[in-house]
Amino acid sequence: MSPDQRYKRMGIEVKHLVKSFDDKTVIDDISFKVDDGKILSIVGFSGSGKSTVLKLISGLIEKDSGEIITSGGDIAMVFQYSALFDSLNVFDNISFALQERKDMRGKYTQKELEKIVAEKLDLVGLSGIENKFPSELSGGMQKRVSFARAIVTEPKIILYDEPTAGLDPISSTLIEDYIVRLKNETNAASIVVTHQMSTIRRTSDNVLMLYNGKVVFEGSPDDLCAEQTDYTRQFVNATIEGPMKLNV
Amino acid sequence: MKVYYKGTYTYKIWKIFAEQAVDFITTLGEIFGYIIAFFKGLKNFNTRPREIIEQCSRFGISSLPITLSIVGMTSIIVSMQVAGEMVKQGGGNFVGMLMAILTVREEGAIMAGFAIISMIGSSLASEIATLKVTEQIDAIQVLKVNPIEYLFTPRVIAGTIMMPLVVIIASVVGIAGGAVAANLTSELSYKAYFDSVWFGLSMHDINVCLLKAISFGFAITVISCSCGMGAKDGAKGVGIATTKAVVWSFVSIVMIDLLFAAAFFY
Repeated sequence: MSPDQRYKRMGIEVKHLVKSFDDKTVIDDISFKVDDGKILSIVGFSGSGKSTVLKLISGLIEKDSGEIITSGGDIAMVFQYSALFDSLNVFDNISFALQERKDMRGKYTQKELEKIVAEKLDLVGLSGIENKFPSELSGGMQKRVSFARAIVTEPKIILYDEPTAGLDPISSTLIEDYIVRLKNETNAASIVVTHQMSTIRRTSDNVLMLYNGKVVFEGSPDDLCAEQTDYTRQFVNATIEGPMKLNV
Repeated sequence: MKVYYKGTYTYKIWKIFAEQAVDFITTLGEIFGYIIAFFKGLKNFNTRPREIIEQCSRFGISSLPITLSIVGMTSIIVSMQVAGEMVKQGGGNFVGMLMAILTVREEGAIMAGFAIISMIGSSLASEIATLKVTEQIDAIQVLKVNPIEYLFTPRVIAGTIMMPLVVIIASVVGIAGGAVAANLTSELSYKAYFDSVWFGLSMHDINVCLLKAISFGFAITVISCSCGMGAKDGAKGVGIATTKAVVWSFVSIVMIDLLFAAAFFY
């Protein structure tokens, strides 16, 4: 594969990323790459820096050093508890960026907006709920609406922050299926922060494990499950004994 | 140099003072930062007139009953206490003047300001703080919409426009309330009261009152929104942000009032 072809396939590349809060280094020289149409899962214990990586990529917080290289296009993010705008209905939530973003404002007619929103809702299996408010939806439905909101601007990178948190196992499976479906539909590079082995197995092409802000494992889900290192063994078996110490 | 050891009461007291000082400076810096960001984002304000009208309605109409009650009752209380004495001393013809000057120069704006802070300022702060702690503001940012333009601009514009209107109506009600109280407690005629209203009141007073009201409206909305934006740590953070917004707004409008008194009436 030529360098040009390789570049075209690259969705996002993170090089030597570092972030500290006060005196504590929460992200310590992390590097990884996710190609278009691939899903990377970032796993690790609470406080290991997983969500911080997503916030750095999405620009919500500034990095101290390192590089975040993307192949262009929008970066979308699905938040842990959906973060739907509770004063807006589903239609306005999904079309929010198209209505409010400076470069998109006034670009679409009402009919076009309705068509786009209907398409996105159809993609997440929720047709016909445009007029409902977030408080009228279940947790799983809210999550799927937040998926639809995330993909409305045709992003090249989609970030998921614990997408199955707080959901029952069946809803979790449904959400995992939609993560894969959205990847196939949009060909976006996706990064999924998760604690759950089922999410890793069902969605991921690659897995990155963090501990104290450092990468302690990188490989495929099969490699993770093969428990080749002390870190992966402890994580997969969910044991207290091991190299990773919990601060709880 | 004296050394204070951790764990001693002296150390703990100094630590609290130091934390308060840092918090004060940080909050002040954040508020000024948001003021600058607000003015930068002003160029887009006319693109969302519907939101501005909604906020104007919230600021002006929904707060009016409480504001008018507070200003009206304060005027009645003052009038009840001074009208009788003034009539006894032969100054009945100046009761209207006194009440008008008091209400227009001071009471109307400051009492309306307090009412607005309690009703609207606290509501703005808790609303924005809730958006912050539930990551809705992060979601706005990720969708590449400027949260200052989206949340701040319509609220601050609405507050700045509506506060003078609220203060005008409240002042009229205050002067009228004073008349009723004076009539009931000292049998001062309405004609004598209202004839004296313009003795001491000038357009200068009214202009200063309106300028003050504009400053109050701006200060209350900017401070409330800024404190809301600084919220963190869940429900507790929302409570802290709301309290901070109310306290800072109260102090700021009293300080603005002092500056106006020194600048225009000293």
